[in-house]
Amino acid sequence: MIEQDVLERVLTTALRKGGDFAEVYAEDKSSTSAGLDDGRVEQVTSGRDRGAGIRVVNGETTGFAYTADLSESGLRAAAEAASSVAAQGGGGTRTVALTQSPAHVVNQVQIYPDAVGKAAKVALLQRVNDAARSMGGAIGQVSAGYGDSRKTILVANSDGLLASDEQVRHLLRISVVANGDAGMQTGFESLGHTVGFEMFDEHDVEEIARTAAQQAITKLRARPAPSGAIPVVIKAGTGGVLFHEACGHGLEADLVSKGSSVYRGKIGEQVASSLVTLVDDGTMAGEWGAIGIDDEGHRSQYNVLIQDGVLTDYMWDHLRARKQGHVHTGNGRRQSYMHLPMVRMTNTYVLNGTELPEDIIRNTPNGVYVTKLGGGSVNTATGDFVFGMTEAYLIENGEITEPLREGNLIGNGPQVLRDIDALANDFAMGHPGTCGKDGQGVPVGDGQPTLRVKSMTIGGTAA
Amino acid sequence: MSTASPELQDIADRVIAQAASGEQVEAYVSRGTETDIRVYEGEIEHFVSAQSEGIGIRVIRDGRTGFAYAGTLDPSAIASVLEQARDNVQFGTSDEWAGLAEADGVAVVPQELWSEALAAYPTDRKIELLKEFERLTLAADPRVRVDDADYSDVSGEAAVASTTGIRVSGRENGCVVSVSTLADDGDETQTGFGFSVGRSPIEFDLARAAREAADRATRLLGAVKPPSKRVTVVLDPYVTAQFLGVISSALNGENVSKGRSLFANRVGEPVASPLFTLVDDPTNVHAYTATDIDGEGLAARRNSLIEAGVLQGFVHSAYSARRAGTESTGNAVRGGFKGTPGVGCLAMQLQPGTRSQAELVADVDDGVLIQMVQGMHSGVNPISGDFSTGASGLLIANGQLGAPVREFTIASTLQRMLQDIVEVGGDVDWLPMRAAGVSLVIRDVTMSGA
Repeated sequence: MIEQDVLERVLTTALRKGGDFAEVYAEDKSSTSAGLDDGRVEQVTSGRDRGAGIRVVNGETTGFAYTADLSESGLRAAAEAASSVAAQGGGGTRTVALTQSPAHVVNQVQIYPDAVGKAAKVALLQRVNDAARSMGGAIGQVSAGYGDSRKTILVANSDGLLASDEQVRHLLRISVVANGDAGMQTGFESLGHTVGFEMFDEHDVEEIARTAAQQAITKLRARPAPSGAIPVVIKAGTGGVLFHEACGHGLEADLVSKGSSVYRGKIGEQVASSLVTLVDDGTMAGEWGAIGIDDEGHRSQYNVLIQDGVLTDYMWDHLRARKQGHVHTGNGRRQSYMHLPMVRMTNTYVLNGTELPEDIIRNTPNGVYVTKLGGGSVNTATGDFVFGMTEAYLIENGEITEPLREGNLIGNGPQVLRDIDALANDFAMGHPGTCGKDGQGVPVGDGQPTLRVKSMTIGGTAA
Repeated sequence: MSTASPELQDIADRVIAQAASGEQVEAYVSRGTETDIRVYEGEIEHFVSAQSEGIGIRVIRDGRTGFAYAGTLDPSAIASVLEQARDNVQFGTSDEWAGLAEADGVAVVPQELWSEALAAYPTDRKIELLKEFERLTLAADPRVRVDDADYSDVSGEAAVASTTGIRVSGRENGCVVSVSTLADDGDETQTGFGFSVGRSPIEFDLARAAREAADRATRLLGAVKPPSKRVTVVLDPYVTAQFLGVISSALNGENVSKGRSLFANRVGEPVASPLFTLVDDPTNVHAYTATDIDGEGLAARRNSLIEAGVLQGFVHSAYSARRAGTESTGNAVRGGFKGTPGVGCLAMQLQPGTRSQAELVADVDDGVLIQMVQGMHSGVNPISGDFSTGASGLLIANGQLGAPVREFTIASTLQRMLQDIVEVGGDVDWLPMRAAGVSLVIRDVTMSGA
């Protein structure tokens, strides 16, 4: 994308007015998306995003500028803009010599997006539409989306680092509306991996479509969810977002260091039930949050955050690690070249326990069984978080009974982590997610085995 | 109306001049700059200064639509975008209603969307005012810390041209300061935020924003989880604006045509309390999202949506209107050069009542003043109407505000909440959202807590 000698000269320009650290991040991303709605392929879209972001760090201050012009003059202009605010000190001449890092290949791609015709991509949408509509007359509407992207990133910094990575992702989404006597209900499923088009040979997309349709149909006979505190069992592969919100964000070192995390100063302390071992793992091949290098050029890692309930470490990016004398953990990520990197999760998951999932349900006299979670959000300073349950059932006398209407679950992160009192041995990864922080979205994965929280507040309307 | 530089309009014109016969072509070209500054403990944490540009081209032939974009205005890239958009046409399904907007003769109500004062505002003064904002917030209450203080401004210009006779351009700028706060009391920490927006920094009210940021964080100190029961809720203007945002999805004409609106087939029927009158009026200069043209280049206009509880109609783009056998209401919404226009409300306003929030609270025997909600995106389904959201606020007993409460949800259905509206306040607040805020009283909502 950019020659090494150009990068070296641009970094030298960036530090000409002073500064402790300079970095060039460049990306070239091609994407194709297609949407089907109401039985029609509405539109195929082709996109191209290409540019570079340059930052200069001087003490506590970061200057940042970006440009879509990857010529040497374009990059130098951005370097000067980034340095003008950050560096007002002495300066001088500091030359930068880059050393190419060996490639860290995490994700394997067999079929690149550009090797597949658009007709084959669009045909997937027709297949999922037909499969969902085959589920009966209650299906009122189906919409489906296909997306692929191929992104090459290049990072060079004044420490001499030069690294690159290629990230290929494929995604399929399907939303279904079912009509019943009491109104409409919705179902949603998605499939996404950091792999090539071969993903669609390895997964049954029609089955995914039928699952979404069945979800909507089942909810037509759903009754109002209960209101108040109740035991909650969460099915394997659907509740990773709970950990993402209950503690994941609170373990990001940038939030911790500003005192806006309830987990500040808790390293070495018991912060969760001893059943819980929580990992953030950028190396989990093919998963939505899997990356070879992070967006600061550092290799992705397998990082244990909580071991048997004890907090072992936070997640770190380059800047925060450098300031606090910690090693970075491969968690510096950004949405695009137009954004500054910050501490972000990759694939965050809880390791297996020992119980059988059916035993957990059988040993729950009354509660709620959540089989599909929607989005969530957290206030990291208080630990209060919510997430939506989009498919859930009542547990009565140890058995799964009636489907429930949608609602939010609300809890306090540290309390919920302590209240996990059963963990099964059926680990599964969840659905592809987009994590939002400070206005930036990045792809993340999550996963967990079936588990029970002994008490959470469920926001239904039934007494 | 302030126009974009002729260069952008020229680029758009040159693209549509290449249309083949039987082909509709639309080009949307934009360029923008942004400045983002963050201050922490009196020092600049980051300073972002950047320019971006791009083009999106839509081609329609035989009822099939193709689209492509690129984040550059490089001539060879533009040629490639047109080629890609044309190639993409063949993979769409033919749709008898597909087509670009056509000029409808509705007069544009001019809006002043460009501030020379902002364009000329020096960078060092932006930094100074942000540091001042952080200081004011810290001074508002000794228990308050600031974790981020941000200044952001954007200026953008865009031009659109189409083979169906649309040819418009405009430019717009604006700025915002915001602060996020933490309040500590012993082991307990609560959070808040404050912001001020303006066409230029001269319009900022930093003192008020600082006071609100401190107040939002400190008022929740000592908050407890309330019991579960049915209550009357008083929504703060900021929460009402979010509630209206959910309702707008059901008023979207495209959702109606595609069977995704709980208001389908209800025009002319009562769908809300007679106290509920809702308009979408982007021509109102007070609205933060006031605008002169919509995302397809038609004049933005005032549309009555619900009148005294009775559903009047829906908002439309050219496409959704054609499907529904009606005319566009000027409600095409475009997110930028990377997408084609969708449909949406532009600037909603609920007809206000006459009384203050304090007077509304005085009439509530057993209730909660909802000051913040969390999870509107995860627990509210605008298609089924299920409504459940996390909340925090103050208990109301016998007309008096009481203890702060948090970590609870409020739940009902959108259909019931609209019918259960007891009163609309007179305290209109033109928030930086797609709806104006106003206090709203709704009875018989389930509060889930301990």
